[in-house]
Amino acid sequence: MSAAHSTSPLPGAAPAVGITVEGLSKRFGAFEVLRGVSFTVQPGEIFVLMGPSGSGKSVLLKHLVGLERPSSGRTTVAGLDGADPATRERVRMALVFQAGALFNSLSVYDNLALYPREHRLGNEAAIRDRVMRALQILSLENAVQKFPAELSGGMKKRVAIARALVMEPQLLLYDEPTSELDPVMSATITEIIATLRQRYQVTSIVVSHDRDLALAIADRVGILMGGELIFLGPPADLRNPTDPRVADFLNPRIDLEHPRFKHLET
Amino acid sequence: MPNTLSASPASRGTPSVTDRLLTWLPTPVFQVLHGTGSTLLLLGRTLRHVPSLPRQFGRFIEQCHLIGYTTMPIVGILSFFIGSVLALQSGHAGENVGYKQFIGALVGLTMARELGPVMAAVLLAGRVGSAIAAELASMKVYQEVDALETMNIPPERMLVLPRLAAVLTMMPVLTIMADLVGWFGGAIVSKYTHFISIEPASYFANLRQYMDFSDVLNGLIKAEIFGLTVVLVCCNIGLNTRGGPREIGASVTRAVVTSLILILVLDFFVTKALM
Repeated sequence: MSAAHSTSPLPGAAPAVGITVEGLSKRFGAFEVLRGVSFTVQPGEIFVLMGPSGSGKSVLLKHLVGLERPSSGRTTVAGLDGADPATRERVRMALVFQAGALFNSLSVYDNLALYPREHRLGNEAAIRDRVMRALQILSLENAVQKFPAELSGGMKKRVAIARALVMEPQLLLYDEPTSELDPVMSATITEIIATLRQRYQVTSIVVSHDRDLALAIADRVGILMGGELIFLGPPADLRNPTDPRVADFLNPRIDLEHPRFKHLET
Repeated sequence: MPNTLSASPASRGTPSVTDRLLTWLPTPVFQVLHGTGSTLLLLGRTLRHVPSLPRQFGRFIEQCHLIGYTTMPIVGILSFFIGSVLALQSGHAGENVGYKQFIGALVGLTMARELGPVMAAVLLAGRVGSAIAAELASMKVYQEVDALETMNIPPERMLVLPRLAAVLTMMPVLTIMADLVGWFGGAIVSKYTHFISIEPASYFANLRQYMDFSDVLNGLIKAEIFGLTVVLVCCNIGLNTRGGPREIGASVTRAVVTSLILILVLDFFVTKALM
């Protein structure tokens, strides 16, 4: 998918950044969540990271924004160490959390205005302009005064994306953006992710189990299973996978005679 | 089961030699050391943001309202009855021993040096500390704190600093109010209790005779130390919560219990130091 425009949603946006993950391992006590994962993401690319629940996708994402520190290996964002808090000061990166992680005590407007206010990015009029533009892009103008508790699941995800957009991110990370949504809303969120990349060339990493999303918008897909990267390639290669684990993950056969959970029990 | 370090960012990587040594300590000792250390580190990280306090003015005022204004009624009610009971008990005992005329000084000194700051701090822990721990624990569990970190907004600057500044501003106000209301309660009981029957004028004259500003100042210093401790402990426990709703409840309980214990332990040492 080509990135046709490089216009920023807001003035002053910096160029997209590349990512490297080198031999990343993460251990929680005796449990090894990630085992020597390596890949790169090019600036402006949409990289979709798939995998079954508990395979370490979200943990990997947290390493990229410095919320987790690797047990071994490293991540870099624009060539800077991802575990170093100073990287967040030099590269604008935004994470759209699975549940939104909106500030419940703040209205939608204040949720979006928090970042520019705290970083003193202009006076209140400029901040209002910036926030309203982000809300307009996500068609959320009518939700300005609402509080997160008053929003539907799909709206919460859109507000979370709008909040990320206000940061003028060079790197936009999405954690399960289409989970718990109906098929139409999932398609809408998928279109939003693709549109944001197409218009603003932001590097996007999407953690998801949504096969349709990966096939529709990914430049490359990685599949994480048991903490290891078992597939890395363009989405077209997913149509006829050679690895049986990838095939089973993407097209799981429902077998009532020999159900999977029986195998898991033994 | 070995001790495990909390979820603070600095402790998430490969355990250091110190971390490994700490795992051999008995769990209660480890918890006390770890709690003390992480609370002091939180104080250090928060103090780094003091220059940005003017930008947090709105949040500071909001916290002053919560910590000060909304706590005043309960501090007033409790202090009134504590002053009353003090007068009643000392009047009852003093009737036989013959020191009834010193009730004013006794209530005045006890309220100013001890019960005013301690009761204000106990109520702060129960009413405000629990709310702080619950709010921050909930923000942590529902990833709002993580969201702040990814936005490069230090949680200490936005969540801890305004609360610390507010408690340092409001604790003297609450303590002076507790002292005044307690003295007033003692005066009323002293006048209307038949076996005491001391006029307010002589009650307050006695109070003024044996008290000076240093007694009140002594109580205010204590109040500041208690307030700072309660808010820091509750913020630290809230921000280190991991899990779900059950852990939020557990954090609130731990924050209040730890605060109450610390108030009484610190009270002894601060009293001794100020003597």
